[in-house]
Amino acid sequence: MNTSPGITLRGQHRIGDRVLFNADLHIPGAQWTCLLGPSGVGKSTILRLILDLETGGDFNGSIAATDGMPLAGRISYMAQSDLLLPWLSVLDNVCIGARLRGVAPDADRACDLLRRVGLSDHSGQKPASLSGGMRQRAALARTLFEDRPIVFLDEPFSALDAGTRADMQELAAEVLGGRTVLLITHDPAEAARLADQITVMSAQGTQNWPTPETAALREINAAETLACQARLLSYLRGIAA
Amino acid sequence: MKFRDTLLALLIGLGLWQMLVIVTQAPHFILPSPWRVALAAYKSRVVIVENAWITATEVVLGLLIGTILGVATAIQLAISKTAERLMLPILVFTQAVPVFALAPLLTLWFGYGMGSKIVMAVLIIYFPVTSAFHDGLTRIDSGYRDLSISMRAGTWHFMRHIQIPQALPSLGTGLRLAAVYAPIGAVIGEWVGASRGLGYLMLLANGRAKIDLMFASLIVLACLTVILHVAVGMLASRLTWYAQGTSRP
Repeated sequence: MNTSPGITLRGQHRIGDRVLFNADLHIPGAQWTCLLGPSGVGKSTILRLILDLETGGDFNGSIAATDGMPLAGRISYMAQSDLLLPWLSVLDNVCIGARLRGVAPDADRACDLLRRVGLSDHSGQKPASLSGGMRQRAALARTLFEDRPIVFLDEPFSALDAGTRADMQELAAEVLGGRTVLLITHDPAEAARLADQITVMSAQGTQNWPTPETAALREINAAETLACQARLLSYLRGIAA
Repeated sequence: MKFRDTLLALLIGLGLWQMLVIVTQAPHFILPSPWRVALAAYKSRVVIVENAWITATEVVLGLLIGTILGVATAIQLAISKTAERLMLPILVFTQAVPVFALAPLLTLWFGYGMGSKIVMAVLIIYFPVTSAFHDGLTRIDSGYRDLSISMRAGTWHFMRHIQIPQALPSLGTGLRLAAVYAPIGAVIGEWVGASRGLGYLMLLANGRAKIDLMFASLIVLACLTVILHVAVGMLASRLTWYAQGTSRP
């Protein structure tokens, strides 16, 4: 893995005549940035703009990596839906990126990643036979298999039950350490646990939110985590109204 | 249970047929009884099997060639936007021409042998297979597309590893339709000009007022179509189970 760069995004995004957002976002390198905000404010659009995916609008501004190198090919992506291919085994799903690029997959590395996410015993199974949490772990292994310095997570744990979600947060924090991570989430508790930087997005733009003094990954029930979560929730309820 | 239901439906159908014969008192050269048809089928079994074999060969070859052409066209249309823009309207327009009306032309071009009947079957199934598979290929889950873009997937690799497997159930739907249409194409081809096949045998029997033989040929044709439909249906189900990553329920 290369050194993980930061990302800056400055500009305005319009859908037709409507301005969706004016953003001035800095995502620091090798850290977790959690992006929160009301639904429809444009959080996923920011992610899609940086990934160069279709957004259905026009962006007028700049997107760049802090090391001056192109971002293309240096970002891996994990969505809310696990996007596992149902006809492939878990192991083949982990390797799908290599196959899609037309190169021979490194099956040993894929097996090692499955071991890291606790799915060694399920590598030959089809996704339909896995639980929601196991499927997200397989998707995380697939994201890791890409071995990119930047990882975008678009609400990947939101559909999981509370216990599984906490487990997945810990697993993701462990295996994605050292990478530049942008996590889009609606969950203030998730941001308070995981973030090195919290950015709140509203119709007025983006603003950074104070994180707890302690380093991520924080205990769920630590006083500073809970306080951060409560302040953040109050603020989000205010701007959502 | 399913076999028992089918057998029961068959017996009811035969019963109704026999009742119709008794009630209408139609002469046997207009409406033969089931027993008379069974007798004619037994007496002419060699002729019927020989001609059924010809029709079955035409249908299966037509189905195979039509499927290969339909699949190749659908993939080409899904890969190339230019091909899609240019060819799709032409394909739709060709459907305005009744394929049956082409049968005399096909006989003229491909002769009285099996060739013209196979081409007829190919033409009649080509559009449903192409249309159904193309629909499946282009209705791809946008999440897979986003994921593959982030993974820097090549167009062909995306097609091979994601689009085609995801579209297999749609192809199965097209094949189910094709299995019913293909025998129609072959038999119409035989009606227009042939010296062998069940369609030819039906015309021959009709001309000689052997209506019982005509009925027997018709029933054998229906059986052939049902067998083909069931076989293709099983294949289509397998394609769906494969795409869903499930085993047979």
